[in-house]
Amino acid sequence: MDEKTIREKLRTYITRELIRDAGYLLTDTEGIVTGGLMDSFALAEFAVYVEQEFGVYIPDADLTVAKMNTLDQMVARVMQDSK
Amino acid sequence: MMLTQTDRSKFRTLLDAITLNSDNDARAALIYLETERSPIVVSRRDFRQSIRAHAAALRQMGIAPRDLVVIAHTQNLESIYAFWGALMLGAIPSVFPTLTEKLDAAIYMRSMAELARLSDVRAIFTTDAFATTLRDHVPCPVFGSEQLAASISRGDVDAFVPSPVPDADEIAFLQHSSGTTGLQKGVALSHRSVLNQLARYSDALALNSQDVIVSWLPLYHDMGLIAGFLMPLMQGVPLVLMSPFDWVQHPALLFRAIHAYGGTLCWLPNFAYNHCARRIRQRDTEGLSAASMRMFINCSEPVYHESHQQFLSRFAAQGVKPEMLAVSYAMAENTFAVTQTPIGTAARLDIVDRTELERHRVAVPIAAHHSRAQTRVSCGPTIAGTAVRVVDGVGQSLPDRHIGEVAIQSDCMLSGYYKRPDLQPFQDGWYRTGDMGYVAEGEVYIVGRSKDLIINAGKNIYPQDLEAIVNTVPGISAGRAVAFGVPDEREGTELIAVIAEITTDDPGERKQIAAQIRQTVVQQSMVTVSYVQLVDSRWLIKTSSGKIARAANRDKWLAEREAT
Repeated sequence: MDEKTIREKLRTYITRELIRDAGYLLTDTEGIVTGGLMDSFALAEFAVYVEQEFGVYIPDADLTVAKMNTLDQMVARVMQDSK
Repeated sequence: MMLTQTDRSKFRTLLDAITLNSDNDARAALIYLETERSPIVVSRRDFRQSIRAHAAALRQMGIAPRDLVVIAHTQNLESIYAFWGALMLGAIPSVFPTLTEKLDAAIYMRSMAELARLSDVRAIFTTDAFATTLRDHVPCPVFGSEQLAASISRGDVDAFVPSPVPDADEIAFLQHSSGTTGLQKGVALSHRSVLNQLARYSDALALNSQDVIVSWLPLYHDMGLIAGFLMPLMQGVPLVLMSPFDWVQHPALLFRAIHAYGGTLCWLPNFAYNHCARRIRQRDTEGLSAASMRMFINCSEPVYHESHQQFLSRFAAQGVKPEMLAVSYAMAENTFAVTQTPIGTAARLDIVDRTELERHRVAVPIAAHHSRAQTRVSCGPTIAGTAVRVVDGVGQSLPDRHIGEVAIQSDCMLSGYYKRPDLQPFQDGWYRTGDMGYVAEGEVYIVGRSKDLIINAGKNIYPQDLEAIVNTVPGISAGRAVAFGVPDEREGTELIAVIAEITTDDPGERKQIAAQIRQTVVQQSMVTVSYVQLVDSRWLIKTSSGKIARAANRDKWLAEREAT
């Protein structure tokens, strides 16, 4: 899967399921957790989704607010192991 | 010997803790777990020595008996030792959340300053990074980890003589209900009350030397402080502890801990059942067993039957069984537990008529398949020494199955609210909890609250606090914002919704205002708003006295949502 597809899938998933506002215009660089758009519980949910959707298992050490706060960070982490 | 109702008289204060006596010195007192780090195993001997060292250091830093000591730290061993070190000096420790990256530092400092002033705090212990800044804002000394460590290495632990053992009626520690505001009431608990609770509650659990308690709960909350910290250390039952921040992001940690250490008891707020069931990846529990567990105890927010079901089906392969799913109704004012599901039985279910419950405030049993059937999960009978009454608005007792406010009376109650003689917790010897519920066949059921309190992921949140925060956001019509909780089955907790009236039609400005509401609330209150709805002028319903009616606005919002 190419980066653009992954990015748009993640953007749709995050706004619809984690921010609960499908109309929200999520940018690539805004802080999703630090901006109060989703709580840190949602990081674990994000990990479940990424495994189901892209077959990428993100280890616990990478599932932190510091490493998964923006769409850019999330896309980069998925790309790292995506086939 | 453990602290039981039979042997209660052999224990005078918390310093009689079994972990602190010198039998079985090599046994683990505490095992501390962190993602990607090796477990830290603290033997009873090491635990005792560390506490002495911390007590000696605290004394050197000027802490004396009856001084209020605030521990606002990340959850770690240092804060645990500081807590017990303060107890050993006869000082009064109280645990607070620390400053996190999400919180607004200036507001956190202001509320700490307010707390320090109103409660006459003697000293605050915190992280090095935070101590430097906090020092400029509060009227009491602030000590970082380095200073504490330096004081420990300078101190002569061998020469340390503990303070005289406090009287049983002295205040042992304070519990603050939640959050960070300095205006919060500090629930003051005496040694006597805490020991009474632990003896009674341990008996209700049939706590024994084979037990292992596993907890990720924060120590600034009663469930974490009493069940997940003081009880195991008092009773010499090994405690496997992790940090809430770590667990929330990595929920499988809990099951790894249960498997590795043969966990038997674990307290969880309702949302945690959903969090584990939905967000622990299959791969993370392969080969793990939870068959050693005696009970997972659901506590501190309304219990959803559906949450238990999800948890059961997700973890059946790990050996989780229905009779392991227990419930406790608890509150800081009663030290902790009020009720407990009897051991070895699944929490009782009461299937009642939803319409009767809502309209006539009576829990009338109904057939399970009926369209109006609603399943209520029992909190169990009261523990020994605690009595419950359900009362109406004027304090008269109500019959079984009638819904009213739950009032309690016990021998493990708070002494009072710390430095707040103006607040009288008791009415005719009973503490009115603010929770609405009923009693049926000797068991307590909680159905709601008399106040507009929101319980989100185990945290108590007052909507008026959120509304005050939202009202500071530019672009919102003055005083025209409302906050309320929305029960959410998927999450197993109440989610927070905010509705605010604005005058602009500009989409860019609207997005900006919505984003700022979310940002401001998370920075000032540590909670995330799940729904932000911006509406035009005069959308909100007000009461005849001009106040914003929360329940009416919630109903209107839910109806509009349903319609779209």
